[in-house]
Amino acid sequence: MKKTEEDYLQDLREIRSIMERSTKFLSLSGISGVLAGLYALAGVYFVAGVFEGKQHLTYRSASAAEMWILLLTAIVVLVLAMSTAVIFSVKKRRKRGEKIWNAAAKAMLINMAVPLVAGGFAALILLTKGLLLFLPPVTLIFYGLALYNAGNYTFNDVKYFGVAQLVLGLLALYFTAYSLLIWALGFGILHIIYGIYVNYKYER
Amino acid sequence: MKISINGLHKAFESRIRLGIMSALAVNNALDFSSLKDYLEVTDGNLASHLKALEKEDFIVVTKAFIDRKPNTKYTMTKQGRQAFEEHLTALENLIKSQK
Repeated sequence: MKKTEEDYLQDLREIRSIMERSTKFLSLSGISGVLAGLYALAGVYFVAGVFEGKQHLTYRSASAAEMWILLLTAIVVLVLAMSTAVIFSVKKRRKRGEKIWNAAAKAMLINMAVPLVAGGFAALILLTKGLLLFLPPVTLIFYGLALYNAGNYTFNDVKYFGVAQLVLGLLALYFTAYSLLIWALGFGILHIIYGIYVNYKYER
Repeated sequence: MKISINGLHKAFESRIRLGIMSALAVNNALDFSSLKDYLEVTDGNLASHLKALEKEDFIVVTKAFIDRKPNTKYTMTKQGRQAFEEHLTALENLIKSQK
């Protein structure tokens, strides 16, 4: 028989915990965010090196070679970052004894995938038209939208992280001369800061 | 539907049943294995609690086959949601009154 206040409070705690666990994906790993940021910075460093000495990322068509270099670098960074995120999430879920693939994980991924895929195609179109200038702002904006969406299904802070990327994307669109630098700030530095923050807040 | 003196539903006296209702309150439909995952209970235990809630008409069960494997989904009914919300209100009042 239940009598005490402690019992009622325990009931409420249980209710809250199940509601959250069954709707939110709480296995994002901060460390994988930091690593993703480092990959992005390495990618930017490499691309900047390739385009050095030319007016990189200006209003001009890119040569086929430049396009391939950009595309391959982007793919390498993306694949590395995503596989790192998956590996760390799976590890974290195993440790917590949760199923890797539940409704919350699915909801988060679908909600992220829609803006990301659209952004990916937009980036490819810009690339084939040689509009390299617009690649950083467009990728930042779509990524920001994806994160803003994902925030409903994981840590709420991801929403603010998304808004920050959106703002950087708009800035990159306006200050075109600095667009690659701003991209490095968003995908690199911001990821690292956010990863450390998640690790500190949720994984201690 | 039995309600005890303090407005709490008898059906939710068990924490497992409360857990089932919590999960269904925020998810349209959940299958057996997801529920088991969230509640960390044995098959038999979960099944009997689900049966009890079904008897109360708090949840409905839909049986389907996915790739010839039986897949049972559970959804909260209108009565179930109402009962669950009343129970939460009662809990809230109890805690307030004991402060």
